Amino acid sequence: MFTRRTLLSAAGAGAALAGGGFAAKAAQQIVLQFDVSRVPLSPGVPAGVASVARMEALPGKKPLIKLAYRAPNYEAPLDYFRTPITPNDEFFVRYHLSNIPQVDAKTYQIDVGGDGANGQATLTLDDLKAMPAYEIVAVNQCSGNRRGLSNPHVAGVEWGYGAMGCARWKGARLKDVLDKVGLKKEAIEIAFNGADGPVLDATPDFIKSLPVWKAIDESTLIAYEMNGAALPHFNGFPARLIVPGWTGTYWMKHLISVTALTKPQGGFWMNPAYRIPVGKFPVVARFASQENATSTPITEMVINSLITSHPDGAKVKPGKVTVGGLAWDAGYGIRSVEVSTDSGKTWSSATLGDDLGRYAFRPWSFELNAKRGNNTVMANATNAIGQSQVATLIWNPAGYHNNVMQNITLVAG
Amino acid sequence: MRVFALTLIVSLAAGLSAAAAQESTITLKPGPGLDKVQTNCSTCHSLDYIPMNSPFLNAAGWNGEVTKMIKAMGAPIDDADAKAIVDYLAKNYGA
Repeated sequence: MFTRRTLLSAAGAGAALAGGGFAAKAAQQIVLQFDVSRVPLSPGVPAGVASVARMEALPGKKPLIKLAYRAPNYEAPLDYFRTPITPNDEFFVRYHLSNIPQVDAKTYQIDVGGDGANGQATLTLDDLKAMPAYEIVAVNQCSGNRRGLSNPHVAGVEWGYGAMGCARWKGARLKDVLDKVGLKKEAIEIAFNGADGPVLDATPDFIKSLPVWKAIDESTLIAYEMNGAALPHFNGFPARLIVPGWTGTYWMKHLISVTALTKPQGGFWMNPAYRIPVGKFPVVARFASQENATSTPITEMVINSLITSHPDGAKVKPGKVTVGGLAWDAGYGIRSVEVSTDSGKTWSSATLGDDLGRYAFRPWSFELNAKRGNNTVMANATNAIGQSQVATLIWNPAGYHNNVMQNITLVAG
Repeated sequence: MRVFALTLIVSLAAGLSAAAAQESTITLKPGPGLDKVQTNCSTCHSLDYIPMNSPFLNAAGWNGEVTKMIKAMGAPIDDADAKAIVDYLAKNYGA
């Protein structure tokens, strides 16, 4: 239903769009009421986040914490991390650029080629589904998850704990797709583009690359199913890249091109974006063709855990309380989760839950005896190659790799 | 032709209206330069990015963000508007 006023303001929006001045003025008279006080923000995000964050449901999604409308960036509240598999409608949403088409599965195709390939090919969704299918449970975590907790704060999307999720992905191996065209021995990187793009032609399109060794890893997939269903639009329908162990920046949504390169991929999104300073973090998985003297691309996720049974400050009854959460790393495998109830002086082992695979969230739980008053709980995960979380933040300009051990308080009374 | 144009606009608005209506609830603080922020910054992104990134950037920090939008992201903002935007952001959303 369009009233005259709606139509006029909509016409204004259309004209503004044509002129490059997109304005969100259409249907301005529709007033929506929000309960700001109920947004479960992570403690420590910038004060201004509270003024814009809303619990809102995108089409096909349950309410998520809206941080930004356009480009859409929505994180999952703590409640959605009670299980090691994140349901599709609770999975976080992250875009860089605002021009996001609804992709038609019937006409969708992926162009495969590049100067590092012997030939070229075009794959439809049916072609992809006709290839040998593989399934893997893997964590998809934004590089900037917990950026909002950086101290001092850094600019960007001010994520709390919820820019991550874990799903069972099904698709074709990227290696099998690349075998259709054949890689030249000079190929060093494989680049990826998605159907989404910028509003202005002058804005760099979001294009990412992987080193060939990671691209042809048997776990790297082009997925068309997520937890047994088609991918939600906002998580990359109809197909996206799955790069287990590596941060979300490489998991190209709405994948439309796979390009083998004999030279490093350039562009803003490879450098200066998504870089970590040399020497600050352990880097096992290297992206040598993109390294320089001062920075390297972010690659693997650092080992991490999250207490999901209780938010900080939760009220509990005195006596036995089961605290639990999730742990994950870059795929080396979670060896243990240790819990401390005396601010880190002594540690006890938590019980690990179901192992859904080395790239999956690993649940854990720990029973403590809550005394009346404040009880602190810290958690620290360790993986199979001996990496553990850090006690103090390794600050970096983009706010990446925050794996500081949590220290929450449960109030018993 | 005129009918066609209106139809196009209506269908465009129908697709945009839900998101646009939500986005229109974002209110920034009043002050000199707000009009420049609204016309320039909202071309590519919703304005909630501004309060979200506050209040921790000083004038130099906001200048860096606006410069990034122009130099790296290709925002067609002239020098006078850029200065007005930085001044507004530093005064209303600065550290």
